[in-house]
Amino acid sequence: MKKSPSPEFQRVYVWEQPVRWFHWINAAAIVVLGVTGWLIAHPPAVLSSGEAAEGYWFGIVRFTHFVTAYVFAANLAFRVYWSVVGNKFANWRNFLPLTAAQFRQVWAVLKVDILQSSNKPVHTLGHNAVAYFTYGGTVLLSLFQIVSGFGLYAPTSDGWIPQLFTWVVPLFGSEQNLRLFHYAVTWAFAIFTLIHVYLVFYHDYVEGHGVLSSMIGGWKFMEKHHAQAEQATGLSAVVTRTPVPPPEPKTVPRPAPHG
Amino acid sequence: MTMLAPRTEVAPTIYEQALSRGVSRRDFLTFCAWMGAYLGLEHGAAAQIARALESKRRIPVVWLHFQECTCCSESFLRSSHPIVADILLDKVSLDYTETLQAAAGHQAEEILRDTITKHRGEYLMLVEGSVPLAADGCYCVVGGRSALDTVREVAAGAKAIIAWGNCACSGCVQAANPNPTRATPINAIIKDKPIVNVQGCPPIAEVMAGVLVHLLTFDRIPQLDALGRPKAFYARRVHDTCVRRANYDAGLFVGTFDDENAKKGYCLYKVGCRGPTTYNSCASMRWNNGTSFPIQSGHPCIGCSEANFWDNGPFYQRLPNFPGFGIESTADQIGLGIAGATVAGALAHAVLTNVRKRGEIGPHPGEDAEKAEAAEKGGAA
Repeated sequence: MKKSPSPEFQRVYVWEQPVRWFHWINAAAIVVLGVTGWLIAHPPAVLSSGEAAEGYWFGIVRFTHFVTAYVFAANLAFRVYWSVVGNKFANWRNFLPLTAAQFRQVWAVLKVDILQSSNKPVHTLGHNAVAYFTYGGTVLLSLFQIVSGFGLYAPTSDGWIPQLFTWVVPLFGSEQNLRLFHYAVTWAFAIFTLIHVYLVFYHDYVEGHGVLSSMIGGWKFMEKHHAQAEQATGLSAVVTRTPVPPPEPKTVPRPAPHG
Repeated sequence: MTMLAPRTEVAPTIYEQALSRGVSRRDFLTFCAWMGAYLGLEHGAAAQIARALESKRRIPVVWLHFQECTCCSESFLRSSHPIVADILLDKVSLDYTETLQAAAGHQAEEILRDTITKHRGEYLMLVEGSVPLAADGCYCVVGGRSALDTVREVAAGAKAIIAWGNCACSGCVQAANPNPTRATPINAIIKDKPIVNVQGCPPIAEVMAGVLVHLLTFDRIPQLDALGRPKAFYARRVHDTCVRRANYDAGLFVGTFDDENAKKGYCLYKVGCRGPTTYNSCASMRWNNGTSFPIQSGHPCIGCSEANFWDNGPFYQRLPNFPGFGIESTADQIGLGIAGATVAGALAHAVLTNVRKRGEIGPHPGEDAEKAEAAEKGGAA
């Protein structure tokens, strides 16, 4: 047996396979939509010796944008479904501000991670409350992009899905106006991605719980006493008010409380 | 060809009046065929239109002018069949129209009062221009009455309302930010009457004539889109039938107005063309007898048949400036600014993390790889 005072780690299956698929399809779709959207907004003024009838690259860019938009929307719809049937870390309740405990955790996370005025780490197996709320926000942004995008697409398509969104343009007064908002929200996704990637690296680096790889394999690793306290609380985004104290070194290991 | 017996007690039909003005039957039928085509009606409809214009009596019409430049009237007079259009205009608008009526002063106002009392519930109200609401409407007063008063009174007895041009449909230039007179379109004032928004600054002459012919022929307002515009003329984007569309799909764009691409007639998308977001018939019907339209002539569409097109500027930039910021702030500049601040913040935060959380980063006591290995070997031994 080990004599090392190193805390024992527990392996927890946090992100189920559908959640991981959602994440990477979503990430890929956002990249494709961002790049093709950027090209649609700012196409290069290439000069060609050929005739217009010989080229179609801009048509292909727009086609890719539209097809990817369907993938993006369907993927999000699936994730909403999974937030009902999936495990507690994927549950929809986490994304909505429902309990005071979530707000306490927001404050704790801001102090520990952002302002760094406190060094008492917040241990959560899923995301922390700030992250959950941020992802809830990106869902709203995604919905806006889907609604405005289909609204802009509707006049050129007879498909029943885009035809559900013919009310969007009148709401914004003109297509030109709607186009501007659809375009501007893309920037919000770009900025979200910057912060998101940075913070994942940050958490992986500082906490060593395997956050970065958890979105590939699904597993997180946490000191046993933290994980137990965490799991005892039900929803993953709830603050551990009275953490289980770390085991004293050189004592007989306590039996695991449950399987 | 037999002339219909003149009916002295009532006004002659549109056809009779056209003949008396020297229009041949051939010209008259050509006009009807054009109108049928413009309205997107089936081939037999030209006969239906001809019959209607031959037999229908005048519709009493009041044509009101408020905050506008009369370009709608001017456009109408430049229709491809000016004499017939003129008769159509005369026929429907002689009762009261500030620009063309012979009467003046109290006499003119009396005619207006006469029309709206005698033909209550029957007359058409045509409006050119927006209505100012600021300062009790004193920015537009005709015959001692504010435009708002007149609109309310005339609309109350109208059968239907046609709003000519961008002013009456969405306020146009006088409603552009900061809209000092609170210029307001008709559909924001009158809620209980059918309103046909004939958009454009000005609308195409044939579109105006087409809407009137539709009303005369079928005795009901044409099918309208979500923004109240007749679908026959505003269902498609200028972009959809544009002569330069192939260049758009092929990704061949004009970069600046004086480059080689412009000379080759490439798509004007990058220099601010509003064709892809503008609903109008310019590209299919064109202007001035089908001669040309802006994009064909090398100028991007400015979107004059869309609401707030003055505020969606600059005209030569694809995306408008972002509202609420300085005039030079586009969405990109704002986005880049925030992204830059984000990267700077993340870098500073990374440095801070390494300082403040030194204790947590790296191997903790007991997590040293060599020691752990040694411990395991020791344990195994």
